[in-house]
Amino acid sequence: MKTKNFLYSQKVAPYVFVLPFILSFAVFWVYPLITAFTMSFQKITATKTAWVGIANYTKLLKDKVFLIAVANSAKYMFFTLVLLIPFPMIFAVLMDSNIVKAKGVWKAILYMPALTSVVISGTLFRLMFTEYKTGQMNLISQALGFGTYKWLKNGWSGMLALLVLACWRWTGVNMLYFLSGLKAIDTSLYEAADIDGATPIQKFFRVTLPLLKPTTIYVLTISVYAGLAMFLESYMLWAGNSSPNNIGLTIVGYLYKRGIEKNDMGYACAVGVVLLIVALIINFAQLIMNGTFKKED
Amino acid sequence: MKKKLVSILLCAAMTATLLAGCGSSADTAADSGAAEETTEAAAEETTEAAAEETTEAAADETEEAVAAEEEIPTSTFGDANGTHLEMWTFVELHGQHYGKMAEIWNEQNPDRTIEITCTTYPYGDMHTKLLTSLEAGTGAPDICDVEVGQYPNVVAGLDQWLVPLDDAASPYMATMVPARMQTYQGEDGHYYGAPYHVGATAMYYNVAAMSEAMGISQDEVIAKIDAVVTWDDYVALGEEYKTAIADDSKYWTSVDTGGVDWLWIAMAEYGEDWTGGFEGPANVQLDSVKNMLSMQQEWLKSGLAQISPDGHVDLEAGFQNIMDHNIVSFPKALWYMSRFTNYMPEESGNWYIAKCPVFEVGQKCSVGIGGTGTVVTQQSEAKELAAEFLCWAKMSDEGEQNIWDTLGFDVCNTAQWGVDAFAHDDNNQFNQYFINYPYDVLNEIGMDNIGKISVVAISPTINEYACTTTLNEVLEDPDYSIDDALQEFQDAVDLEQ
Repeated sequence: MKTKNFLYSQKVAPYVFVLPFILSFAVFWVYPLITAFTMSFQKITATKTAWVGIANYTKLLKDKVFLIAVANSAKYMFFTLVLLIPFPMIFAVLMDSNIVKAKGVWKAILYMPALTSVVISGTLFRLMFTEYKTGQMNLISQALGFGTYKWLKNGWSGMLALLVLACWRWTGVNMLYFLSGLKAIDTSLYEAADIDGATPIQKFFRVTLPLLKPTTIYVLTISVYAGLAMFLESYMLWAGNSSPNNIGLTIVGYLYKRGIEKNDMGYACAVGVVLLIVALIINFAQLIMNGTFKKED
Repeated sequence: MKKKLVSILLCAAMTATLLAGCGSSADTAADSGAAEETTEAAAEETTEAAAEETTEAAADETEEAVAAEEEIPTSTFGDANGTHLEMWTFVELHGQHYGKMAEIWNEQNPDRTIEITCTTYPYGDMHTKLLTSLEAGTGAPDICDVEVGQYPNVVAGLDQWLVPLDDAASPYMATMVPARMQTYQGEDGHYYGAPYHVGATAMYYNVAAMSEAMGISQDEVIAKIDAVVTWDDYVALGEEYKTAIADDSKYWTSVDTGGVDWLWIAMAEYGEDWTGGFEGPANVQLDSVKNMLSMQQEWLKSGLAQISPDGHVDLEAGFQNIMDHNIVSFPKALWYMSRFTNYMPEESGNWYIAKCPVFEVGQKCSVGIGGTGTVVTQQSEAKELAAEFLCWAKMSDEGEQNIWDTLGFDVCNTAQWGVDAFAHDDNNQFNQYFINYPYDVLNEIGMDNIGKISVVAISPTINEYACTTTLNEVLEDPDYSIDDALQEFQDAVDLEQ
């Protein structure tokens, strides 16, 4: 009788349902998070572990390479926000309108890159951006009358390669988010706007944009993380974790370099903790500014 | 108010999940990336200059390594009733080598038969797993391959983690190339790893292209190459070639901004070592390094050399550059032979291998680059047997024969180098591909003329700084002050030691 009461209790049931998530969340996220935090105060060598206080963090502040990594990640994040929010939004609006024919084909073409492995696409982009004269980018630049260029050896063109890869890969995904957001907008609002004589531009700015806000905030939030945590694209583009003058080094790349390549887990954890803090600050600032925490009416 | 708190907590949780999610996907990414290293040309790990070996055999088994990502290939060889040994590797061909050797071992030792299970993991996975299990004190295999760039992390545990191989290796030590054994020594002087190959550097020359450009027969070209002893001779021959071909897009050689092989050769010639070995401290402001870099700057200014496209010759652009005959000579370890057979088959019959030039007559003329040391762990239940089998499989006549036949390496046991049936086997693909026999070059170099650069804890830092910064500064701008660049280099290294 008691078990039956327990099972049918409306108070308990929700907890039972969320239990699998809570458990995996605790074991795979919370526990490593706490361990990483404690490890960041330690010096971990092959056979012994010693507490070193905040030595890892003070070293981090003086570490020029880490600052380069932070700057690269921040730049990359900023440009992916600039490129991967407005354009997918416009594509989504076009897909939702009557202007575009054969929508399924376009959607498939834009979405396809997201299905390929970054390992493969990164390698292909590396070959395209090679400084050798047979690389795709150099063929184009030679056809246009500029000579060959060392794409992956200069800061701006290296970042360009990363951004081209990111746009190629993620435009379709973000477009799908916006498309689903657009489907949720009540068509009667557009009809009402038509009756009031609104132009398409006005409809976009007065109806579509405000009502897409929840989707935009979601895309913005995940793009901030994705931008700051980017690693594999850079790893594949430079065929390893070392790029000339560290132009492609990201925060996670630096973490990998310290933790795996140099087997210095304590220092790598300090890098990870800083990344977490930076991401939290940016996202909380962004969410507060967007009014996500405001009291619902 | 309460609602607000809950929503903030939820957001924090969400952020943490997502971030942790990103982190973990980056990890798997790293792994698959690293796995790709095995496939793609491990040379890509320019970070660990010494890491090139991953590729050697791996290069020709792209498919296997890719498959390794999806499913972990495990194969068991030998006698099911024998002592069971567990073996991990990151190159499937290496595992097959042990399988073959286990069968021969069982025939020769019917009273001590073994059964060996070889598991191939992706490169990054395997090393992480091994380190974790050694740290935890449980879960490690009996025998494990360790790539030389990762070796310092593993050998740090000395005899708490690994079984010294001194006794098991002693029957072969007299003829083993000393530099290669020392590479896998621990801080306490014991040998903990057994090598597959020497990775001796030699100079590759495109005799066909040179003969065509210079209008002389191939034999005359070879005679000229054989006469090269010092770098001055090398430059003189290069200038002769440049004058003959009179084409600004053709170069004598290419210098690397993404690899430290040239600097290793220079250090070995002067008997220097920038890591300082186990005692340290690392010092990169060495005469050998300065001499090599200033010589390369001269070459770049005079048009004798170009910068290797994409950083070094062991990448697709490098292969293309070689096939287009834009460069006709370059130094590289002997395992680069497999790149020729795999990626440049149409160059067959054009290339000649010779000793590297030296700065001063009488210097060592080669250095061992790359490698995989195989270790026996203390967690093994049959340590002596495992160590004995391992050393036999990697150092005995039978072992070396199989390494040369299946993996195509320059083997470490010099006893085999002079054996005609071994070194001059015309069925061997490398013997067919090159104009001369690779082992003749090795014999000419001699085991005592092969130098060694230590791979210790500071090595990744040094290699990484050289490849990301110093070499780019000095070679991309041939007027850059070498002293300034090396000072910066030293400062960066000092921060880590």
